[in-house]
Amino acid sequence: MNHLDENPMTRWKRFKDNDIVWSFLSSPGAMIAAVVASVMILACIFAPMIAPFDPFDPAQISLWDGKLPPTWVDGGQSRYPLGTDNQGRDMFSTILYGGRLSILVGLAAVCLGMVLGVTLGVIAGYLGGVTDAVIMRLADVQLTIPGILLAILINGIGRAALPYELRDEFAIYVVILAIGLTDWPQFARVARGATLVETNKEYVQAARIIGLPSWLIMFRHIVPNTLRPILVIATIGLALAIISEATLSFLGQGIPPTTPSLGTLIRVGNDYLFSGLWWITLFPAVALIVLVFSVNLLGDWLRDALNPKLR
Amino acid sequence: MSMLLEIDELDIAFPTRRGTVHAAKAVSLSVSAGEVLGLVGESGAGKSTIGNAIIDLLEVPGRITSGSIRFMGEELRDFDADQMRGVRGKRIGMIFQDPQTSLNPLMTIGAQLVETIEKATTLRGRGADNHAVALLEQVGITEAVARLRAYPHQFSGGMRQRVVIALALAGEPDLIIADEPTTALDVSIQAQILDLIKSLCRERNLGVIIVTHDIGVIANIADRVAVMYRGEIVETGVVAQVLGAPKHAYTQSLIAAVPRADIKLNRFTSVDYIEGNTASFRRIDIQNHWLGKSQQHDHTGVAIDVDHLNLSFVLQKAVFKRNRRMLQAVSDVNFTVQQGETFGLVGESGSGKSTVARLIAGLYKPDSGQVHVFGQDINQNRKAPESSAARQALQMIFQDPYSSLNARMRVLDIVAEPIRFYRLTKSEQETRAIVSDLLEHVGLGAAAALKYPHEFSGGQRQRISIARALASRPRILICDEPTSALDVSVQATILNLLKDLQQELGLTMLFISHDLPVIRQMCDRVAIMRHGEICEVAEIDTFFDSPQHKYSKHLLDLMPSMNLLSTPTD
Repeated sequence: MNHLDENPMTRWKRFKDNDIVWSFLSSPGAMIAAVVASVMILACIFAPMIAPFDPFDPAQISLWDGKLPPTWVDGGQSRYPLGTDNQGRDMFSTILYGGRLSILVGLAAVCLGMVLGVTLGVIAGYLGGVTDAVIMRLADVQLTIPGILLAILINGIGRAALPYELRDEFAIYVVILAIGLTDWPQFARVARGATLVETNKEYVQAARIIGLPSWLIMFRHIVPNTLRPILVIATIGLALAIISEATLSFLGQGIPPTTPSLGTLIRVGNDYLFSGLWWITLFPAVALIVLVFSVNLLGDWLRDALNPKLR
Repeated sequence: MSMLLEIDELDIAFPTRRGTVHAAKAVSLSVSAGEVLGLVGESGAGKSTIGNAIIDLLEVPGRITSGSIRFMGEELRDFDADQMRGVRGKRIGMIFQDPQTSLNPLMTIGAQLVETIEKATTLRGRGADNHAVALLEQVGITEAVARLRAYPHQFSGGMRQRVVIALALAGEPDLIIADEPTTALDVSIQAQILDLIKSLCRERNLGVIIVTHDIGVIANIADRVAVMYRGEIVETGVVAQVLGAPKHAYTQSLIAAVPRADIKLNRFTSVDYIEGNTASFRRIDIQNHWLGKSQQHDHTGVAIDVDHLNLSFVLQKAVFKRNRRMLQAVSDVNFTVQQGETFGLVGESGSGKSTVARLIAGLYKPDSGQVHVFGQDINQNRKAPESSAARQALQMIFQDPYSSLNARMRVLDIVAEPIRFYRLTKSEQETRAIVSDLLEHVGLGAAAALKYPHEFSGGQRQRISIARALASRPRILICDEPTSALDVSVQATILNLLKDLQQELGLTMLFISHDLPVIRQMCDRVAIMRHGEICEVAEIDTFFDSPQHKYSKHLLDLMPSMNLLSTPTD
């Protein structure tokens, strides 16, 4: 009983004592990845404050400055550290704004996939029987189609359903929907597995004996206990969603060139690659790779840190 | 007698990031040939650590910091890894707790035995085969030649443990360390395995160290016993003396906590040594408290009436009915529980006793038959208000304190959940006041409300479970093996608490257990279950003094005898 009234720990001490925090502080890879990822994400969020130019403001763009190489190359100007693209937009600013869009799309798509997948997965796992069979077979069927093809399909249908003049305006939402709908089976599978484990635990039976209705048991008791594995695949899913967005945009199916994302930038640059304008495609590509790599590293670390067997 | 093993002032430390844990502090032990030494203690006492340290199999990062282990005159701590391999499995044999995991499921019994024999002795080929047969016969396995080609899954738990013992004997050891050798087995098999170990010890003049938490095992098999508590040996001596007239306060309270089958006691006495004095918490006058006031619904008549209950589980699904394999978990079960009594349900694992409890709680639906709680059929019209009232009147306490609480909720929210759900109080303030009174009453203290379950020990978690069960002001409490995952001393305090609560609140209890002594201490009447059927229903004293059914007699015969134990003064 004595440890009940032992000296209470301060909030910070408790936080530092936490196993996950400790595992983070003792893993240099995870720390570097976290620093890189957060610097990039923050830079993108605060792009309007950091970027020297606004690439969406036609008044700031002059075609005379088009196709300038980076500063350190012959012909480069100090105003444009990473050079300019074919329309005379500053590459550095465009990458910040493009990254902003890519991260936004990635986060929103993962959230959509997660909410959908966890809801369906927990329902399938908890109710079992026919419900389970229907939901999970649906997921299985969807998994037989390559994700990116399905995203292109949903994206195409979405665009076709919109009137022409709204297409560019709503392109970003259509992309989010396409990637989110492609993502859900992963979440559903993990959530269902975790639910099957949790449902057999006695605290769920206790809740049933109290008389709580099924939806309350799922929402209040099961979902919070399935979040750990979900968090891991959500992190890795974020990296995948950013890549999916880039792929869609690269294929010309995603974000239009007027408001470029990283993928759109790479595609635009690709056209000029053989004309020797390597910087238009290289810098956005490097930004994309570093971002995805660091998010993936974080996901791997999180998976190990949350797995009691590997601790 | 010469000393086979002498441990002197052994210190074992586990450095962790939260400071060093001293698993053993100045432990001194000795075993001579032909002697069984019992090493007894509760979980976390460090008894298994000692066993592992002898054979140099301490888990990382544990290490021996000082002291000596002398085996037949040689200092084991001076041995290098190669020399230790020569000792382990050859001169010192090991028997582990779980026969499921200590045999390789992909190898035949024969292959595993021959492998060990060839490593440990000079026998090869036919010689090793013959030796394997001889070993199996020694541990009481019939048709040994045919059995050599069998795989572990073709053996029952008890048979597997016999094979593990045969493996331990393969190297002709001088010393055997048995770590909880019977904990994973049913009582009927436990007795046989203990007899086997004891007779092998006598025949071969072996030294045996039995590591266990079970006083009954010690009483049955050991010659001498060492009692461990928090890394220290608090008492050593001949079994009859230590169990009969314990000197140390810990040993005394440990023995007082062992449920007895021979006499019924009102309470377990003097068990405060371990959990600290829980009585220091404010006891509320529960009869006049909100918790003691029975609800608006008047509950009269028979508390639980179980009528021709049947339930079978599908083991193997199939499209055609005749291909399905079913298990009749509950078959034609009838009994009634009167208000205010404690009704015991006893049986070995798989007898269907927990299934009956879950049927009564409404977690399963029966194939046929009815369950009436205070005259209300619980499976009829589940949405009706009467059914909801019957459900509030019945609550359950579960076996595993680690999975019966939602780890993501604070204790306050766990305990308040039924109150909030049924809107039993007028305000949140009132709910909180009730929860803190309840936590005080079950011996946790109101401060516990804001913590999470992982901050509590097993016994304390079980108290939280009890508080949650009481929060909806039930009239019936179903206890499904509420203490079988707990140490004996903690078990005693929890059983005391349940008894107190029952008296104060006039609860009806359905108490499920495999442990006959616990049943005797807790129950007024008892039903014996086997293979889903009830064999016998009897008054508790009648049952223990003159059991009627053949199976009841069999169960009672298997109970470890506790004659050696001191009689507590009540």
